[in-house]
Amino acid sequence: MAGVTLRNIVKRYGDVEAVRGINLDIADEEFVVLVGPSGCGKSTTLRMIAGLEDISGGDIAIDGDVVNDVPPKDRDIAMVFQNYALYPHMNVYENMSFGLKLKRTPKDEIDRRVKQAAQILDITELLDRKPKQLSGGQRQRVAMGRAIVRDPKVFLFDEPLSNLDAKLRVQMRTEIKKVHQKVRTTTVYVTHDQVEAMTLADRVVVMNGGLIEQVGSPNDLYHSPATKFVAGFIGSPAMNFIPCQLEQAAGALRVRLNDKLSLPVPADRTSRYTAHVGKANLLLGLRPEHITETRPHSEPNQHDFDMTIDVVEPMGMETLVYFTINGIEVCGRVNPNAGAAAAKPMKLRADLSNMHLIDDTTGKVL
Amino acid sequence: MTAAAMASDKSAPTRKVQYGSMSRDRAWALRWSYFFLVIFAAFFLLPPIYMFITSLKTSAEISAATNPWWVYNPTLSNYAELLTKPEYLTFFKNSVIVSVFVVTITMLISIPAAFALSRMRFWGSATLATGVFLTYLVPDTLLFIPMFKMFAVFHEITGIQLLNRWWVLLVVYPTLTVPFCTWIMIGYFASIPKELDEAAIIDGASWFQTLTRIFVPVALPGIIAATIFAFTVSWAQFLYPLAFTTSVDQLVLPVGIITTLIRGDVFAWGQIMTGALLGALPPLIIYAFLMDYYIAGLTAGATKG
Repeated sequence: MAGVTLRNIVKRYGDVEAVRGINLDIADEEFVVLVGPSGCGKSTTLRMIAGLEDISGGDIAIDGDVVNDVPPKDRDIAMVFQNYALYPHMNVYENMSFGLKLKRTPKDEIDRRVKQAAQILDITELLDRKPKQLSGGQRQRVAMGRAIVRDPKVFLFDEPLSNLDAKLRVQMRTEIKKVHQKVRTTTVYVTHDQVEAMTLADRVVVMNGGLIEQVGSPNDLYHSPATKFVAGFIGSPAMNFIPCQLEQAAGALRVRLNDKLSLPVPADRTSRYTAHVGKANLLLGLRPEHITETRPHSEPNQHDFDMTIDVVEPMGMETLVYFTINGIEVCGRVNPNAGAAAAKPMKLRADLSNMHLIDDTTGKVL
Repeated sequence: MTAAAMASDKSAPTRKVQYGSMSRDRAWALRWSYFFLVIFAAFFLLPPIYMFITSLKTSAEISAATNPWWVYNPTLSNYAELLTKPEYLTFFKNSVIVSVFVVTITMLISIPAAFALSRMRFWGSATLATGVFLTYLVPDTLLFIPMFKMFAVFHEITGIQLLNRWWVLLVVYPTLTVPFCTWIMIGYFASIPKELDEAAIIDGASWFQTLTRIFVPVALPGIIAATIFAFTVSWAQFLYPLAFTTSVDQLVLPVGIITTLIRGDVFAWGQIMTGALLGALPPLIIYAFLMDYYIAGLTAGATKG
């Protein structure tokens, strides 16, 4: 087991830069998830770590050794692919043992490792089946088994759950987490699904346009996003971005959303935000769960306002309400019993202690 | 129309639709299929049937003005004579040796070639792949004269005689089989997901091991299709052996039949037909056994497999 280090990694395809200089330190035994929209360079980065793509610039080190020119088979890594990539003419046992056989591992050692991995993944009774006799979830397990038996320094996962249906995906997600807790191998996992990223990762790396936007624990990214992109990408439904202005009134700061509506900024943020008073292109970022129905008792920094609801979406445990401020659609999450109804006015409550102020010109969270 | 009639019309979901029927469409499609298939089969099966009928006749009966589609005095004398003739057995043996070697050589060249062209991305690989196919488009009727000249020049320079040796066909036939087989295999390999070789490479396989342990078994239907093609081409090849071999002991079957069984203007029709019929048997047997693989190979990639 080992850490992985990326230093100024660049990947060019002709004139196009797919990865534009990224730096990342992955610790031993850590589970790191690269997440981002398609085309952000996350898969390319993973394939460069695997050695399936050459790197155009920078250094990749595994366990402290620079592996830029080391072929994939000598990097001591194992990879799980989106479409499983099981060898169709071999049964499960042969699929899992192929890598060990090529390394001329003794037969009884192969047997021991395959059986152990099969036990971890609960696929012992499938060992003599061919891949086409397996369901999607079983194939995914075999693909993981093939990685585990090799006992590599690093596991690489390339969107391994994208081919599964929603229910199985949740199940396999837990499965992957369990396996990592058992074998503790350093893992780099690529996905475009932010829920997968949040639930699996020790640390999440959000990528966009070939660059890293932010690295942090799932909670860090959720509560303290560094950029507008991260704030909008993490969390579902996505964070609301409402154009606003910062005003100084009677010694306190207020966020003005339109002529009628302005909300006071929490006192502990005053000093942080004062410099931005009067600035153009500011956005108020507020997650839907911080816009609720009004309640009898109010905490500090919670403020009520009146809105006409456009659309109501009952979800069961909560109800999503949509309304418009300055032509921007805003989403709130209210109690199902709060009596939200389309085209009816409603008293809502904004919790500004969880607000973010974003400079839309730079995309930075202030 | 009365109100009652209108009401019943509306409330009658079981009413028969007037404008078409799937089963009727299918029946018509089948009728047309049978019609054309019978014509097709008759057109292509009549010549071999005629050959078979003629092979059972004596020379006298063949030249007699009787119904050519009927055998009045069936005899196996043509078969007996041919199979006891040492030349005919030599032709047969030469054909078998040449075809088996050509198929082997073709596969040994075109499988690695196709693998390299389809998987090992290198500078000019796409152009080369097209080039391979273009060579197949040049007809052999254009090539045999320059080839003949080349062999003659080769003889002048090195003193090694290539003409009138059966083994020279082992060099000549692959010029026909390798391009096409490589092309079939490129197509087949292209249908194998990229991740499969990437997985093998990460598992520690070399390019050669990826080819032999993963690609060859996975692409077996395609390889069998290419094998059948190579065998058919070399078994039926006529022009090259006619041009490059002349002695009776060096001839392959198709050329041997016409050179030994046609003497001036005397045609031994019964034996020619018998020889051709017997010569057609090996490909027939191979097709019968490997037909399913052949079809699977040619249609690979048509659907997600």
